[in-house]
Amino acid sequence: MITRTTDGFGQLGERSQALRSKSSMPLRDGSRIAVIGAGPAGSMFSYFLLNMAESVALDLQVDLYEPRHFCHRGPAGCNHCGGVVSESLVQRLATEGIALPDDVVQRGLESYTLHMDVGDVEIATPLHESRIAAIYRGNGPRNSEPMDTHSFDGYLQQLASEKGARIVRQLVSDVRKHDDAMQVECADGSVDDYDLVVLASGVNSRLAKSLEDLAEEHVSPALTKTFICEFRLGKEVIRETLGPSMHVFLLDIPRLEFAALIPKGDYATLCLLGDDIDEELMDRFFGSPEVARCFPGGVIPRHICHCYPRINIRTARPPFGDRLVMVGDSGTTRLFKDGIGAAYRTAKAAARTVAFHGVSADDFREHYWPLCKKIDADNRVGKFVFWVGSLVQRARFARRGVLSMVAREQQQSAAPRRMSGVLWDLFSGSAPYTDVFLRTLHPAYVGSLVRNLVAANLPDKNRDLPRDPGEERA
Amino acid sequence: MATLGKEYKDREVIVRQGEAGNCMYVVQEGEVEAIAEVDGREMRLRKLGPNDFFGEMALFGAENRSATVRALGTARVLTIDKKSFLGGVQEDPSLAFRMVKVMSQRIRDLTDRLAEHHLKG
Repeated sequence: MITRTTDGFGQLGERSQALRSKSSMPLRDGSRIAVIGAGPAGSMFSYFLLNMAESVALDLQVDLYEPRHFCHRGPAGCNHCGGVVSESLVQRLATEGIALPDDVVQRGLESYTLHMDVGDVEIATPLHESRIAAIYRGNGPRNSEPMDTHSFDGYLQQLASEKGARIVRQLVSDVRKHDDAMQVECADGSVDDYDLVVLASGVNSRLAKSLEDLAEEHVSPALTKTFICEFRLGKEVIRETLGPSMHVFLLDIPRLEFAALIPKGDYATLCLLGDDIDEELMDRFFGSPEVARCFPGGVIPRHICHCYPRINIRTARPPFGDRLVMVGDSGTTRLFKDGIGAAYRTAKAAARTVAFHGVSADDFREHYWPLCKKIDADNRVGKFVFWVGSLVQRARFARRGVLSMVAREQQQSAAPRRMSGVLWDLFSGSAPYTDVFLRTLHPAYVGSLVRNLVAANLPDKNRDLPRDPGEERA
Repeated sequence: MATLGKEYKDREVIVRQGEAGNCMYVVQEGEVEAIAEVDGREMRLRKLGPNDFFGEMALFGAENRSATVRALGTARVLTIDKKSFLGGVQEDPSLAFRMVKVMSQRIRDLTDRLAEHHLKG
C-alpha cells in the first residue's frame, strides 16, 4: 500500500506545529516585559533584549523596575559587592561595543599580589595592560566625599535606558500569575500586566523568596554570608602601598575561602568570602600580620562603611517558569568569583531565548537552562579547586612550594607561567574552574610543582624565597 | 579617573603588517590609523576611533597582519585574546554580531572605493 507521503508529512507537520505552539510562547510586537532590578543582570538583559529585538524588527516594551538611584553614596545607592569586572568580561563588553568609561573605572588593575605567611609575590598580567576594572556598584562608600567618578550599575542602567527601556522608580512588592499574563504589584499598590517577568533583584531581596510560591517545585538559591568593607586611605597612600594590584590573602584561617583588598581611587575595598563569615573569623583575619603589612605603618585603619551581603552558592531550581525567568544572582552565578560576568552571561542567554524563541518554561528549559547547568557543573569543580586551595592554606610546606613556583615564573619572562596562570585565573575568575583544574593535571605543571615543593622546603634553600615587601619597606 | 588598556604614543606602532598575530584590539580612547605598505609606500586604509576594533582577521585564520596600525596622537587600546573571543563566541554566537556587522560595512566601503577607482581609471 502506498501511503500519501505528502499528507502524512503534512499531518506530522501540523502535529509538530501544534506541539510547538503549545510549548513555545513567542513574543509579538507590543509585548510587555517587566525587569525587576536594575543591577548588572537586569540592565544588561534589557539592553541586549532591545538590541536583539531591533535586529529582528520586533517592537517590545521593557519596563525596568528600580527604586534606588545609583548616584547616592553609601548603602542607599549600592548593590553590595566587591566591585571587580573581570578580565574576560572587560574583553567581552569591549567586543560588544561597550567600553567602560574612565569615570566608571575606579582603577585599572594590572596585577595580583599574593600574600602568605611564607612571603608575598606579585603576579603580573602577561600583556602588561590594565584589563581588570575596579568599580563601585553605587556611587562610593557611606559619608565619602563627592567623587568625580560614577556608578557601574548606574552606567549600565543608562545604557538600557538609552536603548529604550523605561525606568520605573518603584519597589516591586509582589509578582503573580493572572490568567495568561503576569502581574507586577508595586509598594504603592499599583498593578500592571506583562507578557514576561524577569527577576533580577539578586539574592538580598525578599521578592526572590516569595517566588517559591509562584513557580511549582522552585527552590531558591543556597546562600552564604560575606563581609565587605571600605577603608579611606587616599590616592597617594594607595599608590605607594597597594599600587594597581589586587591583594589576595592565602591564610590558614578555617572557613575563609578567599580574601582580597581591592584599590579604588581614594579607597580600598576588602572582601571576605567563605562559609558564613562571622566575628571570630574576621578577628583572626584582621589579626594577621600579612594583612596589617598592606596598610601604612602596619596599622589597619577603621573602616568607614561595611556590609554583610549574602551570595548565591547554588543555582535556583529551576530558574524559570512560564513567562518568568531569573537572571544573575537570582538564578545562578559563579562560585565566589566573577558574579558580574555571570550576570552578563545569564542576562544575555535569557535575552536570546526571549528574542528568538519565546517565554514559556519549555523555551527557557531548551535555550536558557543549559547555560545555568554549565555554570552549576563548573561550580562543582570550583568547590573542589577551593578545597585543594584550603589544603594549601593549611600546609606551610605547600605554601612555600606555591610561592617558589610563582616567584620563579615571574622572574623568567620566557618560561611558561603555569602556576601564575592558574592562580591568575582563579583569583580573577577569568577562566572556568574546569579549565583551571585541567591545567593543574598537566604533567609539566605537576613536575614543576613537585620540584618547587622539594627545593623550597630544603633548609638551605629557604632564604631564596622572595622577601616580604613589608619588611623591606620597614 | 582610571583607565583600561594600554597607552600608545603618537605614531607608535600597535601592529605591524606581515607580523604574526593572535589577538584583536578595541580602541578605548583617541584615534589610530590602519596603513597598507605597498612597495615602500604607505596608503591609509581607514582611521579608527573609540569602540572601533582592528586586527580581527587574526582571530579567524589569517595569522599575518594585513596592515600596520599606529596611534594618531595618544591612544589607548585594549587587547582581546583569541582564546577568550572564540570561547565567548562558542558559548554565545551573538557576541560576533557586531563584528560581522562592522566587517560587512567595511566590505561595502571597499567595494564602493574599488568601483570609484575603476571608474576614475
